[in-house]
Amino acid sequence: MLLHDTSIIYGRYLRQSLRSRFALLFGVLMPLLYLVFFGPLLTGLPLGGRGSSWQVLVPGLLLQLGLFGALFAGFMIILEKGQGVTERMRVTPVSRLALLLGRVLREATVFVFQAVLLVLAAVAMGLRAPLAGVLIGFAFVALLTVSLASLSYALAMKVRTPQEFGPLVNAVSMPSMLLSGLMLPMTLGPAWLDVLSHLMPFRYLVDAMRDAYVGSYTTDHMLYGVLVAVALTVVAVTVGTRVFRTSGA
Amino acid sequence: MPIISTASLARTFQTRRGPVEAVRGIDLTVREGEILGFLGPNGAGKTTTLRMLTTLLEPTGGAATVAGHDLATDAAGVRRVCGYVAQSGGVDPQISVREELVTQGRLYRLTKAQAVARAAELARDLDLTDLLDRRCGTLSGGQRRRLDIAMALTHRPKVLFLDEPTTGLDPASRADLWDLVRGLRDAHGTTVFLTTHYLDEADALADRLVIVDQGVVVAEGTPSALKLEYGGSIDASLQDTFLAITGRGPLPADAAPVAV
Repeated sequence: MLLHDTSIIYGRYLRQSLRSRFALLFGVLMPLLYLVFFGPLLTGLPLGGRGSSWQVLVPGLLLQLGLFGALFAGFMIILEKGQGVTERMRVTPVSRLALLLGRVLREATVFVFQAVLLVLAAVAMGLRAPLAGVLIGFAFVALLTVSLASLSYALAMKVRTPQEFGPLVNAVSMPSMLLSGLMLPMTLGPAWLDVLSHLMPFRYLVDAMRDAYVGSYTTDHMLYGVLVAVALTVVAVTVGTRVFRTSGA
Repeated sequence: MPIISTASLARTFQTRRGPVEAVRGIDLTVREGEILGFLGPNGAGKTTTLRMLTTLLEPTGGAATVAGHDLATDAAGVRRVCGYVAQSGGVDPQISVREELVTQGRLYRLTKAQAVARAAELARDLDLTDLLDRRCGTLSGGQRRRLDIAMALTHRPKVLFLDEPTTGLDPASRADLWDLVRGLRDAHGTTVFLTTHYLDEADALADRLVIVDQGVVVAEGTPSALKLEYGGSIDASLQDTFLAITGRGPLPADAAPVAV
């Protein structure tokens, strides 16, 4: 039943995304601007890692895409609460977990699609990376969006207005981006910043993805990255499920 | 055996300014096939009661059964037998009428083919056939209401809960909706539990009224019995009867409004 219900909800929201193709492409715009106008600044700089500057930047941009996009996913459900759509679905026998998972899997699909577009643009700009590493990168993007979208939906179920939701999400997303070393490796900075960034779960994801992009799949970074990504997903989906089970909205 | 019965059903909300008792203890019964009008002033606890009976909100006290299913232990059973139309409705304005109806069928676990057939059937019954390919946002108020009700009837529920179903409708659409509700009961024996602020609607449509105020039932009976008991005569208007029951008579003529 869970699978059946999840696929129904997933289909409904995926069709919704497909109806707004403009929004689908627009989501790639911000990371694309970084890629085109910021990326070339790094090509001659010593970034400390192996491989080219593109192999350092692109994993960060992919996670940035997921971070900002998925954290704002909850906006949709605030609108739907106003329209009565969530309540209407909640009086049907549909699985509460499916109401969350269907939506969250839609987010993952959309962001992996956008990630593919971004990687293709990066290849045109000069990125060269092993295919396996790039595919591993997409898996990280998928896990990140599933976890952050779950948390975002859970938060959105709890707040009443978009005016409360926006500032809260901004307060989380900006420091997360800056402290995770998505733009530049944190190892370039002073020790205190490097230490602080290890408190950010996304730091482990970006380190693992950068290793994957240079073809190193069996490093400590990869191990920690996978563990953190999986743990984050489990925690976030659990929190989301609990909220979707009990919340009156 | 009543189809709905509640015993001291209560809901207290915890807010920053302390607990708010939205519903203090509702005792009521609804007979099968009855059209019950659930009336009360704003804030009396009507919508909260409805949301509890439809499993959207967990009661903080008391108990209730809906068509033999206990609210506390068998929420899934309650969901299978009841339909609910919220005040705001519940369709996405961007989606087509057909897609909403079919998806709703799928949420009630119909197969794809069954859901498509049921959507066509509902569209025929509720006069939506010509609108199937329109986006929900383009429907008129009356059409939207018929769609909301069609969605709630997808699984042929035994009990239909309607929260202020005719608010905002023009007189012709209201009359259509009354016919629709009566027709449902006459043709399918559906029990209808509806809230309204329109006393003419309660008078015309409901077999029996339950009046709530400040979270408890303050009166119940047929419209004429209530008029006789509280309005002083069977010819009293339901308006006067209602005001007599809830104790909110008209303001004295010289009372200045609090804020102008």
